[in-house]
Amino acid sequence: MIGVVSCGIGNVQSVLNAFARLGHDARAIETPEALGDAERVVLPGVGAFPSCMNRLNESGFRAAVDRFVKSGRPFLGVCVGMQMLADIGTEFGETSGLGYIPGRVEVIPKTSPDLRIPHMGWNDLSIAKPTPLLAGLDGDTACYFVHSFSLVCKNESDVAAWTEHGSRLVAAVARGNVFGLQAHPEKSQNVGLKILDNFAKLPC
Amino acid sequence: MLKTRVIPVLYLMNGLIVRSEGFREFKAIGNPIAEMERYGDWLADELVYLDITRDGEHDFGRDDHKFKGERDILSILRQIAASCFMPLAFGGRIRSMEDVDRFIRNGADKVVICSQAFRDPALVTAVAEKYGAQAMVLGLDVKREEDGTHRVYVDQGRTPVDEAPETYAKRMEAAGAGEILLNSIDRDGAAEGYDTEIIRRIADAVSIPVVACGGVGDFSDFREGIDEGHASAVAAGNVFHFTEASYKRAKRYLRDKGYGVRFPYTN
Repeated sequence: MIGVVSCGIGNVQSVLNAFARLGHDARAIETPEALGDAERVVLPGVGAFPSCMNRLNESGFRAAVDRFVKSGRPFLGVCVGMQMLADIGTEFGETSGLGYIPGRVEVIPKTSPDLRIPHMGWNDLSIAKPTPLLAGLDGDTACYFVHSFSLVCKNESDVAAWTEHGSRLVAAVARGNVFGLQAHPEKSQNVGLKILDNFAKLPC
Repeated sequence: MLKTRVIPVLYLMNGLIVRSEGFREFKAIGNPIAEMERYGDWLADELVYLDITRDGEHDFGRDDHKFKGERDILSILRQIAASCFMPLAFGGRIRSMEDVDRFIRNGADKVVICSQAFRDPALVTAVAEKYGAQAMVLGLDVKREEDGTHRVYVDQGRTPVDEAPETYAKRMEAAGAGEILLNSIDRDGAAEGYDTEIIRRIADAVSIPVVACGGVGDFSDFREGIDEGHASAVAAGNVFHFTEASYKRAKRYLRDKGYGVRFPYTN
């Protein structure tokens, strides 16, 4: 069973709808205790970094997520859920993240006056290293992004894919059993469904 | 590179998709869920649904549709969202944060707010703070008056706003709008092309994305919206309704002309 963390920080239903379309058993996880029952876990995040982290901490999910990740089972952060994998977020001041992927979440550099931020819309993934999460994407790799902040990895070896918006931005990360996708796979049609299907089929 | 989005806009009236002309004449043309499935099959970049019902009642009112009649717009939204794996904006008749909450909770990724943004700009700010600016789309309806000047209207084109369009757009951007859906009242359904003058004036005045809408008659009009209007995304309604496979053909046309559009098709 795929557990989708439901503590009021992401659009859980869209992710469940996508797994349902793929024929995978995915359920909303409403309590930290229930997280242990999942074979793999998705952490969706929408909104500001500090409010998402605060919700995760206050709801008691933080410790359960830490335990789950330590168990070695596959874990996927989506959008702000990916950013939360970092050590530190800088939106509205510095906030500690989950610390699974060394790095900081910084505002997208406005490299030219006409660069529109948020980075909103469809953009290509450029694969940085082979990872089962992004396997089998051939030809079209465009995914739907919506974000103003971006994860800056300390180790480039954690970067699984880049995208380009004024400068090179981290689009996906992979480190051991921890994965992250800045784009919204549940809103990225066939490409996003393929990524979620890959995640659902990772060995665990 | 970020792609230029091509967005079908669907007008809902009493639970049916309608063709709109000049914000005054409407003709029922389809079922909202069947339409969504069609655009899903065609891999549209994004969908915008605008509920332009005036009497507050939602009902397919016919029993010859594939889906059973729905009295509740939220129920229509839920059915659309359940198999919509693309960004979905929903708008029309949003008056309060409670309305916004209901749309988002039932599957909309963004809300489009027009008249109430004018009446209560604090709502724009509150939506941006709660859901992020990207979820707060300003609906901006503009009309070219007979003397050639442009004027913003609210209440589905009935109430004029006494403020220059650029000033109004910038004020709403400052209040928290993350995107502008710019519709041209006099071009609506006219198939004479976009009003590129007003699109450019708005797009150049703000730094948030502007989605051009209203007037597309053939695919070359999209190019004018991008090149002359400086729009970040191009939207249309009727042109997608009445020609076979039109969405994909529009994408192919733009790709072949060298535009950076998403083209997830094999040919």
